[in-house]
Amino acid sequence: MEYALLLYGPTTGGPSPEEAAAEHPRWTAYTQELIDAGVHRGGQALQWLDTATTVRERGGERLLSDGPFAETKEALAGFYLIDVPDLDTAIEWAAKIPLVGRGSVEVRPIMNVGAAA
Amino acid sequence: MTDAGAALERAFHDEWARVLAALARHVGVGPAEEATADAFAAAAAAWPRDGVPDRPGAWLAVTARRRAVDRIRRDRAQTRRAEAAGTLRALEAQGDPDPDEDETAVPDDRLRLIFTCCHPALDPAVRVALTLRAAGGLSTREIARAFLLPEPTVAQRIVRAKRKIAVAGIRYAVPADHDLPDRLASVLDVLYLVFNEGYEASAGPVLDRPDLSAEALRLTRLLCVLMPDEAEVLGLLALMLLTDARRAARVGPGGGLVPLAEQDRTRWDRRAIAEGTGALERALSRRIPGPFQVQAAIAALHAAAPSDAATDWPQIAALYGRLAQLAPSPVVELNRAVALTFAGDPAAGRALLEAVREPLGRYVPLHAADAELHRRAGDDAAAIAAYDRALDLSANDAQRAELTRRRARLSGPA
Repeated sequence: MEYALLLYGPTTGGPSPEEAAAEHPRWTAYTQELIDAGVHRGGQALQWLDTATTVRERGGERLLSDGPFAETKEALAGFYLIDVPDLDTAIEWAAKIPLVGRGSVEVRPIMNVGAAA
Repeated sequence: MTDAGAALERAFHDEWARVLAALARHVGVGPAEEATADAFAAAAAAWPRDGVPDRPGAWLAVTARRRAVDRIRRDRAQTRRAEAAGTLRALEAQGDPDPDEDETAVPDDRLRLIFTCCHPALDPAVRVALTLRAAGGLSTREIARAFLLPEPTVAQRIVRAKRKIAVAGIRYAVPADHDLPDRLASVLDVLYLVFNEGYEASAGPVLDRPDLSAEALRLTRLLCVLMPDEAEVLGLLALMLLTDARRAARVGPGGGLVPLAEQDRTRWDRRAIAEGTGALERALSRRIPGPFQVQAAIAALHAAAPSDAATDWPQIAALYGRLAQLAPSPVVELNRAVALTFAGDPAAGRALLEAVREPLGRYVPLHAADAELHRRAGDDAAAIAAYDRALDLSANDAQRAELTRRRARLSGPA
């Protein structure tokens, strides 16, 4: 089964640049572990929340706003896509993500829209 | 009751979970629950007419499997066809069970079923509803009545649980060894919650609420058979039995709650106490301590005491200390404060109670205990003030009546 591991980080009080740099090897190691286990299907980190642009269309008119869709304490910071046998295994992988100590990881099964054949 | 009716009821107790659990291995918990319900409905129609089959369990298993196959065939258009075809092949390959085969030779999947229903990825309220439905065989209506919830709320919880198990890929399995302690704790918490809900309800207006305590006891006994080496399972069984033994004595003639200290101990169920004490001894012999065993040991000390005054309070205080290490909580500390006072160390009891006053500020038993400690110290005015705080917070009629009665015994402003 495929799962998205959606990484949410705190919007304020995140790691300093030095702390982030120090954490970097843990992220590389984690991603490599997913690849070595043969379960990695993709994943990206996202740029900071203040670089976001929100797009809507209302009454045929395109509306843009500078910033995220909603003000929240935690915001999407990145994701992994993994392919594992079941939820328990997905939870095991989620629990190893360096972010779990200060943010949260949402485990969502992928809807296989095209696989109904 | 007719023979068929009695056989059906017996089959319901003995076979519901077994039939559902075996089928869930192939089709998942949700479809297995629906097919098992179909099979029991078929039995209710057929047995009074055609007679009770020689082996009701096998009859139900075969019927449930056929109903599952029918349902898959019907749904095939909507579901993923390759997967459905695989499930059908697996079900058809099983064939009908050999009528001479010993029923105990059929793999018992009830443990998988219980662990799946109590998976921590499900909301606790959902775990309770699903466990009672799938493992206990209670209808949605019975669960709703037992918890005083609207039936659609319970139905929605069960539907959501079945959907999440299927869609999110919750495995139908007993957890791996490294996960077992946490996962077992989740199962035991669900069973204890069900037990307590039934026990609390036993004093209130009962009406025709199904006996949740009996259901929790039944499932815990089953778990003891399925996991004979787990000390905490035996500990929970012991705790339930020792608590349930006091059931008749805790309700007064007017329907009000009778506190432990004032209960007529001749009305305690000696057989339940003997069985509970035996279960506790077996649990302790495993030498793997746990919170349920400690709570059972406390209940066993109460059960063994000839009167409230003759209770081994120092030992109970020590056990609450142990419990505070295993499962820290301010409520445990409050109980320890009371036990220490009764054990003859009021200064230590008072200090401990003051330490949890902040986190338990809105907890009625804190103020009731505060009052009792003041009364023992001879300070009636402070005791009355504490009862007044308790009464301000209490919304439960039976509890208010009891608090008012105790307050009236003190001398001071009315």
